[in-house]
Parts: sequence; C-alpha cells; structure tokens
Amino acid sequence: MRLAKFAFLSAMGAAFALASVSSVSAQVKIGAVLSVTGPASFLGDPEKKTLEIYVAAINAKGGVNGQKLQLIVYDDGGDANNARTFATRLIEEDKVVAMVGGTTTGSTMAMIPAFEEAQIPFISLAGAVQIIQPVRKWVFKTPHTDTMACEKIFADIKRRKLSKVALISGSGGFDKSMQAECVKVAPAAGITIVHQESYGPRDTDMTPQLTNIKGKADVQAVINPGFGQGPAIVTRNYRQLGITLPLYQSHGVASKQFIELAGPAAEGVRLPAAALLVADKLPAGDRQKPVVQSYQKTYEEKTKEPVSTFGGHAYDGLMIVVEAAQRAKSWDRAKVRDEIEKTKGFVGTGGIVNMSPTDHLGLDLSAFRMLEIQKGDWTLVPESGS
Amino acid sequence: MIVRLAMRYRLAPVALVAAIVILLPLLFPSAYYYRVGALVFIFAFAAVGLNLLMGFAGQVSLGHAGFLGVGAYAVAIGPAYLGIPSWFGIVAGAVLSALIAFVVGRPILRLKGHYLAVATLGFGVLIAIVLSNEAGWTGGPDGMSVSRLVLFGWRVSGADTWYWVAAVTLLTGMVLAYNLIGSPTGRALRAIHDSEVAARVLGVEIARKKLTIFVISAVYASVAGSYLALFNGHITPDVAGFLRSVELVAMVVLGGMGSIAGSVVGAAVLVVLPQTFTALHDYEHLALGLVIMAFMIFLRQGIVPAMVQWRTT
Repeated sequence: MRLAKFAFLSAMGAAFALASVSSVSAQVKIGAVLSVTGPASFLGDPEKKTLEIYVAAINAKGGVNGQKLQLIVYDDGGDANNARTFATRLIEEDKVVAMVGGTTTGSTMAMIPAFEEAQIPFISLAGAVQIIQPVRKWVFKTPHTDTMACEKIFADIKRRKLSKVALISGSGGFDKSMQAECVKVAPAAGITIVHQESYGPRDTDMTPQLTNIKGKADVQAVINPGFGQGPAIVTRNYRQLGITLPLYQSHGVASKQFIELAGPAAEGVRLPAAALLVADKLPAGDRQKPVVQSYQKTYEEKTKEPVSTFGGHAYDGLMIVVEAAQRAKSWDRAKVRDEIEKTKGFVGTGGIVNMSPTDHLGLDLSAFRMLEIQKGDWTLVPESGS
Repeated sequence: MIVRLAMRYRLAPVALVAAIVILLPLLFPSAYYYRVGALVFIFAFAAVGLNLLMGFAGQVSLGHAGFLGVGAYAVAIGPAYLGIPSWFGIVAGAVLSALIAFVVGRPILRLKGHYLAVATLGFGVLIAIVLSNEAGWTGGPDGMSVSRLVLFGWRVSGADTWYWVAAVTLLTGMVLAYNLIGSPTGRALRAIHDSEVAARVLGVEIARKKLTIFVISAVYASVAGSYLALFNGHITPDVAGFLRSVELVAMVVLGGMGSIAGSVVGAAVLVVLPQTFTALHDYEHLALGLVIMAFMIFLRQGIVPAMVQWRTT
C-alpha cells in the first residue's frame, strides 16, 4: 500500500508537470473563453466549433497579414469566476491580441475589467445590452440585444393594430433581462403592458398564469420572453386553454427544437430571429443570403449538426476582428480596436453591422426577421402589411 | 522531517504555508499565477471554516456556498445602495452570515446525518434563488459589479496585491482555527464527533457547541465570499450555487477532514487542477474526475492525514 501511494503521488506530480508545459509559437493568438460545458453549453458548444472551423479555414488560406492565427479556447463551465481566471490567463500567459467570446452576460461582465485594463479588443457573444451600454472603449458584441427583440415584437404588434399586451416570463437571466427591457421600451413603442406573469425555471405547467391572462379582458396579445423549455410549455398550455390571442416568443427559442417540443401548438406563433434560421427562405436579393447560406453549409458539413444562431455570433465576431486587422494591416491591438469601431457594412449572420464610437453593436432592427411557425416550419412574415 | 515537525508543533503547518506563500512568487512569471494563488487562498479560507464544522464537529453542510454568497453580495450591495465602505461591507456580511447561521442553525443542527445534509442543501439553494430573483438589488442572474476595496486610502486592486492580502487572511484564519481546536470548545467538538452520547454524558452542551461552530464556519465562508467579490470586481449568483457548495465539501474531504492544512491542500488541488488540465481540451473533465477518484481510492483519509500517517508508519 505504501508503495502504491508513493507511485500514485509521483504519477500525480508528473502529470502536473506535463500538463503545465505549453506550446510556444510566433503565431497571432486569438483568445476565447466560452461556456462549452455547463448550463449554457448549448450556446458555447456551437461557438467553439464555429471558431475552430473558421480559424482553420483562414489559416489554410495563409492567415491574416501574413501571420497564421492560433485559437486558444478555455471552457468556463458557465461560471463567472472561472471566466475571469481564464481571461487573466489569456492576457498574461497567452498574450492574445484579441478576444472573441464570453458566452453569457454574467461571464462577459466578469471579464470586462480584465480586458479593459489590458487594452485588448474584446468581442462578446452574450445578449444583454449592459455589455455595450455604457460604451466601453475595448468592448464590442455581436448578438442582437433583447431590447431590439422587444422593439421588433412591438413593431409587429402595432402592424396588427394592437397595443395592449400581457407578458409571461421565466426567472432565468435571459428571461428577466428581456422582460425588464420590454417594460422599459414599451411606452416609446406605443404599447401598454396591462398584465405580467412569471414562472420558475423548472415549472412544468403554466396553466394558472395563463388562466389569469385569459381572464383579463383588455389583453390583445401575449409575449413570452423566455429561454429553454419554459416557452414550449407556455405554448402548449396556451393552446390547451384555447386562447386565440396572438402569441409571441423571443429569439431565445429560435431553434428547431422549440417547434419539436411545442408540437402542433406552435402553429401561428411568431418570434423575432436572425436571418440564419431561414437562410433558404430569404428573397434572392437579400444581402445576408449568401453569407448565411455559406455559414450554414460549412458548419453543417463539418459538424454534422444543425446550425444555430449562437455559432453565427461567433462567426461574426471572428470575422469582424479579422477584417479589422486586414484594414489596419497590422495586429497592433490599438489599431485593430480602432478599425473594429469603424466597421461599416459588414454582412454577418446576425445582420449588417455598422459600428461607431457610440454604438459597439452596430445592428438595427432589420437584423431581426419576424418569423411565424407554419406547418412545423419557419416562414417569413412580410414586413409591410399583415 | 517537515511532517514530524508539524506533528510536534501545532502551528508548524501555518509556518509551512507561510513559507510557501513567500517563496512561490519567486517562480511566478506573470500576474495570472498571482490570481490563481489568490483564488487558492480565498477558497482555502472558506474550506478551513467548513472543515471546523465537518472535520471537528462532524456536521455536514451542503449549503455553505450560501454564506459565500451572503458575504459576496454584502460587499456588492452595501457600497452600491447603502453607501457603506467596502471594508465595512466585509464586516456587515460576516455579521449577517453569523446571524443567519444562528437563526437557521438552531433548528437544523438538531437533525443528523443525511437529514442535516439535506436541510443545509435546501438552505444554500434558497440563498442562491434569492440572489438570482431579487434582480432589483442583485442584478439577477447576470450579476452586479463590485466597487474596489479601499483601505485607509490604499486601493486594493491587482492580482499580486490580492495574493498577499488573501495569504495574510488565510494564515490568520489558520491560526484562529488551530487555537479554536486547542481550546476547550475544540476538545468538546472532537468529543461530539467521536460520540455524541459520550460527549453528552461528560457534560458537553452539544447543541450549543454545534451552533457555535456552525456560526464560526459561516463567518469564514462569508469573508471568503467578500474577498472573492472584491477581487473579481463582478459577482454572479453562481457564487452561492449548489455546485460551489459541493466544491467546498470536496476541498475539505480531499485535503483531509479534521486537518486544517489539508483544507489548504484540498483547495489548492481543486483550484489548480482545472487550470493545468486545459491542455487536455475535451477530456479535461474526465481527467479531473479520474484524479479525484484516484485520490479518494489511494488516500482515503484525505491527502494530508494520509501523508502524515504514511510518514509515521
């Protein structure tokens, strides 16, 4: 036993020593801290795969500015404290020139001070508007904000000549953030929120909350800012109760999985989503069409998995950095940052990006498409009319 | 030899840790290492407190991260909404944690074994839910930013500064823990651990002693949480999550229940291992699990007690 213990301890020591040896190279390093495992893995996993695919593709073509890229991905497991540690590691140890990542808003917010202090361009892949408001010099992001999703939904409700809505939302981070944003922007959009309901993350029946909404005579439409399985249950219960008011879901459930979960109840549900979801249904003249089709084809060929908008955000982030470096003709961090801020007319999977010193997102409402679920598939809602 | 010294003099492990703390930075090539070091010390501090409860009083807490959360949000909310200085936030968090531990501990410490574990688990989950739902105060699941600690005009920031601050705090915490163990309360606790019936027969006030140690360990966790929040500058509710509680228990068990130095070793292993295993990419969690299993199979009493035993046999 004594010998076994000794052998075990020596083996552990050797493993430590081996694992801490890192590779040395003269390549340009791009960092990424993603939630590849843990509760946000369905976001982080496609992000990681996308970055790996496209960094390899860029290197196959000779890299950027004559230098090959080296991608360094760390998995924070959805934990903000881990994310911060890995951010420090990217800055201090790996000496990255730019950072694409930060899967969740929590981990992004935890990493921002580190990158601001080190003066390294940081493109976040998380949703909330607080990442870019107030504007921070070195921080950008690619995904649409939940504020925009609210505005897009409100615009569609107005087109239907309705104005009184009820909100039903979960208690997760995405749900709460979007619910708050919707309440905030409703008056400006001419929408009155007449009733609000909420449910827990693991609730399996939302009939009581929906019955409440059904009982309110003045409600004209229902919005469910939600994420995960909750919205599918809301949709099912909604039909079971025979509510006929228009139901809006958020971009948080913009995946085929939602349609599968909600089944026939999803018919007629509308939601705002990125063009990527309806790549093949876009009209021929759409500027985003070639980009989203190409991304979808590449991703699905390499991973054998259906494409998601989340991976698309990572594609946009990486390409914005790469194009900025090409324009700057250098990998100098300050020059790359300045060029990222000057990004104009960049066609990404999330929309057409026009950044400015006061706008570190650069997307407008046209980045979202209003979709309706018909016969178990997405259809584009015509933006004028209805 | 070191181990024999450690066994002869009660505070020798503290001196040993102090020596390591001072010598390690000579090997540090960058601020990243200071950060990992500071994290080890902060989690070790919480683990030492939990070890007092688990290793000496023999009570399991699966909700200790809840106190980590109380401490963390005390230094976040206090300065942001109540205008109190950060250092006072640490104190306020500790007092609040002590109060919560006192109130919650009275009923639940009457429970034993699995029932106690489940009750503490529920308590920890409860705190995490409150932190994540009271978005008006805590910023919800996205968390909130924490203003920097300022002590007598000195702005505590940077990984290297925190390395020293956390190290001094850990060493102080270890000395206090050793003193507590050596005190009549400490002996009473060990008596409870060995046999509650025998301890009661000998006149130990079991309920009160258990409660005392629960409160003390809550204060340890709270201070660690405050440090973590001030160090990171941003805090999210996952600091109080169930997985964090399990991690703390794992640190104590891995390092050795009832060994203060063991808690430091356990924290070091669980903080450093995930960092070294990133080179294994997709297999890092697998490797981490295997290593922990291996530790528990070969060094069943925990790393430090097993090594001490190995030296003396």
